[in-house]
Amino acid sequence: MTTALERPSLKAKERPGDRIFSTSTIVAGGLILAILAAVAVFLLVQSLPAFIADPEEFKGDATNFWQYVWPLAFGTLWSAFLALIMAVPVAIGIALFISHYAPRKLAQGLGYLIDLLAAVPSVVFGLWGIGVLAPLVQPFYTNLVEWFGWFPLFAGPVSGTGRTTLTVAIVLAVMILPIITALSREIFLQTPVLYEEASLALGATRWEMITMAVLPFGRAGIISASMLGLGRALGETMAVAMVLSPSRDVIFQLLTSQNPTTIAANIALNFPEANGVGVNILLATGLILFVITLVVNMIARVIINRRKAFSGAN
Amino acid sequence: MSKRIEVNDLNVYYSKFLAVEEVSLVIEPRTVTALIGPSGCGKSTFLRTLNRMHEVIPGAYVTGDVLIDGNNLYGPGVDPVLVRRQVGMVFQRPNPFPTMSIGDNVLAGVKLNNRRMAKADADDLIEKSLQGANLWKEVKDRLDKPGSSLSGGQQQRLCIARAIAVQPDVILMDEPCSALDPISTLAIEDLIEEMKSDYTIVIVTHNMQQASRVSDRTGFFNIAGTGKPGKLIEYDDTTTIFSNPSIQATEDYVSGRFG
Repeated sequence: MTTALERPSLKAKERPGDRIFSTSTIVAGGLILAILAAVAVFLLVQSLPAFIADPEEFKGDATNFWQYVWPLAFGTLWSAFLALIMAVPVAIGIALFISHYAPRKLAQGLGYLIDLLAAVPSVVFGLWGIGVLAPLVQPFYTNLVEWFGWFPLFAGPVSGTGRTTLTVAIVLAVMILPIITALSREIFLQTPVLYEEASLALGATRWEMITMAVLPFGRAGIISASMLGLGRALGETMAVAMVLSPSRDVIFQLLTSQNPTTIAANIALNFPEANGVGVNILLATGLILFVITLVVNMIARVIINRRKAFSGAN
Repeated sequence: MSKRIEVNDLNVYYSKFLAVEEVSLVIEPRTVTALIGPSGCGKSTFLRTLNRMHEVIPGAYVTGDVLIDGNNLYGPGVDPVLVRRQVGMVFQRPNPFPTMSIGDNVLAGVKLNNRRMAKADADDLIEKSLQGANLWKEVKDRLDKPGSSLSGGQQQRLCIARAIAVQPDVILMDEPCSALDPISTLAIEDLIEEMKSDYTIVIVTHNMQQASRVSDRTGFFNIAGTGKPGKLIEYDDTTTIFSNPSIQATEDYVSGRFG
């Protein structure tokens, strides 16, 4: 009976279900990396000619790629940043109203409405920007320049059409509002009752309870939601391309007729007529957008991780 | 600092459902009062009416009076927020804010009252409150670490420190030891014994040994059946309740014949 002396195997029995599940998760995870790598390689390879292109190939007065892309990168970041500072406070307000103030029925209706807004295609927002928003805000812009022209951002001369950086930022803010709101609402609803009651029992008012328990608990979630919104604003093409008549300058002024355009809008507007190295140049600007988005998301991760011990996740 | 609580003909409703019926009792200052009874008999609900925490649930309301040193908690114009600053509460599961450090947790309630506080005053209050909760020696070197880094028993004592930092008149405890191990439970029970000299304490517990160990007076709640309101069956000195209760149901419950 030598077989009885064999050591029992310490390895857990592998069940088919476990194997299928673990394989499928590995494939799914790997797929993401593969797609990302494929996009990055494609962009890199296609962009290479742009970096050594002839100065005549660039539109405008740029003589090399960096001069060409810098105003576009600036316009992209500037308009997305403006959109974000307008959208995030409003989104948090709406989300808090839905999760903690509104009566249940109203909250549900509002929730659906927000989700619906997220489904509106960006072309529609672009049309709305040109057709409704720009004429509507133009008189306000005139007043702003008249009264607050001393403030550098509002310096004149005012644009006659209302199609300015600020209008674009408002359109972008409206576009990214639903996604930030929807995610923040989910996060606020998940605040453990335990902590809400803890603050109420200490004599917190509703608002104090929110600042003590709900907002700190949702901090990482709010940042993630904002980053998703920012991602959409950075990459937004149609709305920007339709509203702005582009110029290629680094301009902080919000209300003049000189407005920096964005990378994505610039690609969309110029791609149909581009050929040869021109295509490579546009793709290279796409690579820059890719890098910008990546860096912004990494910064957000760093911010979230910095106070990980206090996140409440443990 | 401690005050007398008087409850007259208190009924507690959740919308139309009567949860607790006709409770009248008097709790003397600087005593520990234990509320015992089977699950769902309304003792936690009753406890929460003593600082109006039941109002967190939509549709909850009471009829009757709760007087703390003669002031009715349910009088017109009484702000529940101010009531809760007077009557502190410790919950079943330890709930220090995970997003705050240990020190900030202690100050959480105080900062609601006066936002600006000199650093030295704040440090003094942290030390005093944590000493009051027998936690100072264990955490004094890591006040800036998150509250969630402590053990369950330490977290519960941190919650007690947080409650006493605002210097309330009354402290309510809703099964404060039911999530803790016996050693941590003992620490909390010793603490209750010490706190008795300063505060009026009302504690809900499922543990009858605990009620007999820590309390001066005991109230027994019972329920006739599901869907029926909970009632205060008997309220007397703890020694009487556990040795010679006047009502049969109380005797059955404390001797372990049911529940």
